Amino acid sequence: MASYPADLRRTPLFQEHLKLGAKMIEFGGWTMPVFYAGIMAEHQAVRNRVGIFDISHMGQIEVSGTAAANWLNTLLTNNLEKLSIGEGQYTLMLNERGGIIDDLIVYRRTETGYLMVVNAARIAQDYAWLEPHSIPEIRLVNQSEQYAAVAIQGPLSVELFKPIGQLPSRNHLDELQIAGTNLLVARTGYTGEDGFEIFYSASAAVAVWERFLALGEPLGIQPCGLGARDTLRLEACYPLNGADLSESRTPLEAGLGSFVDLEKPSFVGREALLMQKKHGPEQRLVALKVHDRSPPVRPHYSLFAAERQIGELTSGTLSPSLGVGIGLGYVEAGFARPGQEIEIDVRGRKFPATVEKKPLYRKHASS
Amino acid sequence: MLVPDDLKYSETHEWIRLDGEIGTVGITDHAQTELTDVVYVELPHVGAKFEQKQAIAVVESVKAASDIYAPVTGEVTDTNTALENNPALVNTDPYGQGWLFKLKLAALDELAVLKDPAAYKAQIGA
Repeated sequence: MASYPADLRRTPLFQEHLKLGAKMIEFGGWTMPVFYAGIMAEHQAVRNRVGIFDISHMGQIEVSGTAAANWLNTLLTNNLEKLSIGEGQYTLMLNERGGIIDDLIVYRRTETGYLMVVNAARIAQDYAWLEPHSIPEIRLVNQSEQYAAVAIQGPLSVELFKPIGQLPSRNHLDELQIAGTNLLVARTGYTGEDGFEIFYSASAAVAVWERFLALGEPLGIQPCGLGARDTLRLEACYPLNGADLSESRTPLEAGLGSFVDLEKPSFVGREALLMQKKHGPEQRLVALKVHDRSPPVRPHYSLFAAERQIGELTSGTLSPSLGVGIGLGYVEAGFARPGQEIEIDVRGRKFPATVEKKPLYRKHASS
Repeated sequence: MLVPDDLKYSETHEWIRLDGEIGTVGITDHAQTELTDVVYVELPHVGAKFEQKQAIAVVESVKAASDIYAPVTGEVTDTNTALENNPALVNTDPYGQGWLFKLKLAALDELAVLKDPAAYKAQIGA
């Protein structure tokens, strides 16, 4: 049996992954499954049926108190006043220069209680940023160790819940019970398909995972690793922090302006964004699709137009759904319009590609 | 893990099947399992010459691109064009239809540094 570095963190489902024959890799300081059956098979399972992912590595930071909404509104780009109890929103946490510290989903749990779900590799940085900004009127707690989490994704996701007679609602966080455990269920995901992200006590990690596998068995549920998670999210054009987003990129450059409310009187990074908006960003994150069959395109491959380098890929793969290379990359703003022809350099050979509207893949209309 | 008895193996997981002075080369069952779904194969040009252990081809899965090394010095006499449309043959039939290229060997004594099936099995723990 292979050995796994002791300095890497493990989720409470680590042993389950080994039992299922997963190949494990390092990701953001964690040992995580990259695949069980194979990236292609797992990708297709999510597009056609249903897949389950361990996302226990993601972080949970709770903020509560009568001043919580106002305080979070000064640190996050989207407007929390839009949230009713049980709703969530995608938002960004910026530094003073407008650079992205993290992208996250914030849920309003109660009148004055909020749950932030943050990227695994950014938990420490996020908390280290939030903590010195905190005020006596709020309570800020990093609960990441206490939560296990799974994502159930794919057109048959909702079928899993039918046998237990509890259907999560479409737009609200729901609290359901499975295997004697309280689950917090959000209808969201990172694959471009219908699905759920489910948060629950780490002490019940294995019992709930096994219960979902059993409920999904008649539907052909497939455990899925980070490999398929990456191809799925790339087709859906969801950016990945650490690849497509970083502290030196702003939401305007990344095409995430719709998650920034510049009408809010103040939030960290606002001044920098207003300045950048005045002149327009110099580079923009675009989605690219290679014309014909090509090698998979990969992060850091150079992008060319007008016979010079105009940018670089930050993510890339061979799209299992489209059969051609796809990627996300930053290009000079003048080359960022859909329809723009761009060449991708693959080991010295240039493959023609087109800037496409996001997303590159859209799920079939739900029946 | 399949390790046929009639082949020689390199440390870098290529196999070679000798027919006179022509060697057919591919990657091992172990290698294709590690790579997972092969989605693209970049093959050398016929007539090109390579030194033993020189990078000669690239096999790509969704996750990574892997260099393939010439197990012996020689000139490329043929490549497996079927892989252009069906790179997954490398996964489904690594020792048969998934072959990569043929080399005309420059020096037969180079075969001596390659591994026999037992030594290769020991290397991969099979």
